[in-house]
Amino acid sequence: MLPQSLSLKLALALGVLALVLMPHFASAYYVELGSYALIAAMLALSLQLLVGATGIVSLGHAAFYGLAAYMVYFLTSEGAPRSIFLTLPVAMLASGVLALLVGALSLRTRGFFLLMVTLAFGQMVFFVFHDTKIGGGTDGAFLAKPVISFFDWQLPLTRRQRPIATYYVALFLLVAMYLFLVVVLRSLFGRVLEGIRVNEHRMQALGFDTYRYKLAAFTLAGMLAGVAGHMWAMHRGFVNPELVGWHRSAEALLMILLGGLGSLHGPILGALAFTGLGEAAQLITERKLLVEGAVVLLVVLALPQGLSGIRLPRFLGGRRDKGGSDHG
Amino acid sequence: MDVAGLLTQLLNGVQYGLLLFLIASGLTLIFGVMGIINLAHGSLLMIGAYVAYLVTRHFGTLWLALPVAIAAGALLGAILERGLFRYFYHRNHLDQVLLTFALILLFEEARSLIVGNDFYSVPVPQLFDFSIPITSGFSYSAYRFAVIAACLALALGLFLWIERTKLGAVIRAAAEKPEMVDILGIDARRVHLTVFAIGTVLALVAGVLAAPLYSVYPGMGDQFLIISFVVVVIGGLGSVKGAFWSALLIGLVDGLGKVYAPKVAGLVVYLLMAVVLLLWPSGLFGQQRR
Repeated sequence: MLPQSLSLKLALALGVLALVLMPHFASAYYVELGSYALIAAMLALSLQLLVGATGIVSLGHAAFYGLAAYMVYFLTSEGAPRSIFLTLPVAMLASGVLALLVGALSLRTRGFFLLMVTLAFGQMVFFVFHDTKIGGGTDGAFLAKPVISFFDWQLPLTRRQRPIATYYVALFLLVAMYLFLVVVLRSLFGRVLEGIRVNEHRMQALGFDTYRYKLAAFTLAGMLAGVAGHMWAMHRGFVNPELVGWHRSAEALLMILLGGLGSLHGPILGALAFTGLGEAAQLITERKLLVEGAVVLLVVLALPQGLSGIRLPRFLGGRRDKGGSDHG
Repeated sequence: MDVAGLLTQLLNGVQYGLLLFLIASGLTLIFGVMGIINLAHGSLLMIGAYVAYLVTRHFGTLWLALPVAIAAGALLGAILERGLFRYFYHRNHLDQVLLTFALILLFEEARSLIVGNDFYSVPVPQLFDFSIPITSGFSYSAYRFAVIAACLALALGLFLWIERTKLGAVIRAAAEKPEMVDILGIDARRVHLTVFAIGTVLALVAGVLAAPLYSVYPGMGDQFLIISFVVVVIGGLGSVKGAFWSALLIGLVDGLGKVYAPKVAGLVVYLLMAVVLLLWPSGLFGQQRR
């Protein structure tokens, strides 16, 4: 999961540098698109803790993402913007609590059963926002975007600077989330999760209460998805039930598959590629879903190890593929 | 709430539950034998409903839609199984999920290209276009009765097929111990093809039956798919019998929920699922396998 070689670490650092410099060269439109891609990357990265690290495939992850966005709406229902230092922790807490509840029930099952249960609970949350009036119903609702302020002090920003600030906040949070997950996966906790992915029975035989570890991972992943959902609200200033819908969960899974299951940077790569692809598709055709569907099909059929599975030819310094990975 | 209204909702619940069984049984049968969950199963129902709409629009009768749906279902099922699914039986869950998710997107786009994104209603066939008086002040739609009868007949047929025929015995064996079936020299490919085709036909037929009741609209597959998942989770993954009783239970709970708690009726089935998971994590009729 973790970056091992020096060249990969260097490449990641260069990637971050490119993302830091991007707003200085790109137009406002591409900064907005960049924010969107970074948020998608956070969602996919949070799900990777379950899928890639622990081997749990959940189809309800968007519920935690969407709930966080709705929490921002609930906090700013009077129309006055709140500080990000209030909205972010509250959104994460709400997503974490929901993930704890959903996880406690879903993790009693495994495999496809778990997949269906997480999907159903995710749809339950969707139903709450879709069919009741608490969050603006089907049409969604506008909200006051959180501001960067601390007590009476507020970061002075012009209208044009605000999307750029949001971009940098999203970038900062993505990098922070990545580094946090590196620490988590290096710890004993992370090793246990890896053990569960490879062979859960063996971990149980070693005396680990694997249910608790999985539940902790599920809750943590939910909270991190909450960070992504919060940033979506801050970026768009709008919430609707589609944020919670299971198509978004499936898209997050797709980003992971696109980027590669076996690495922590894979989902980020996958999310950026997926967003870019969606943008390119819109230039060619109005039928975005057709392109999306065809790409998913192609990736599943031809690139089971994702973009990171593509190896450079050896004379360019690429390493030989060691055969099948340990994901089953 | 008067008695007549309650009775209507109960009958509606039974009819809805039996329709769910047609979808859930295909899902659970395919899982039992092949170990794969087809997320596009709801899209198959949608295809059935659009077949019903197109056939009634062009030929003016729903009756023709049934044989068309059966033939189309068998063909589509065979193509999907031979062309795609069989390469995925031994892949990991994530690949299988995304394969079937891609199919949903493609089916929805194909639907949008061919018939557009509008809502359509499909008329009830003339033969059943009346109400059957049950008491003096209460009558019930003949078409809904016909749907109940058709679903029960299909359920009985499915039961006899699985329990009383040789192929059915193979299917039960394959769900229990697939490697034994291979060792015995039974052609697994034929079994897979048959099961997949039957599951597809059931979903399309469910779509045809549902078309006059719920009208025909984009994304209708998703709605039925998710509730069918709840049915399968409660009934136990891989168990057709479990799917039957749990589909009836969900149908009745949904019907009664609409009477007694109309505001949260949609939530009740999920709460039921949560309770079942707390008490019987592998479903009412399921054994913990795989």
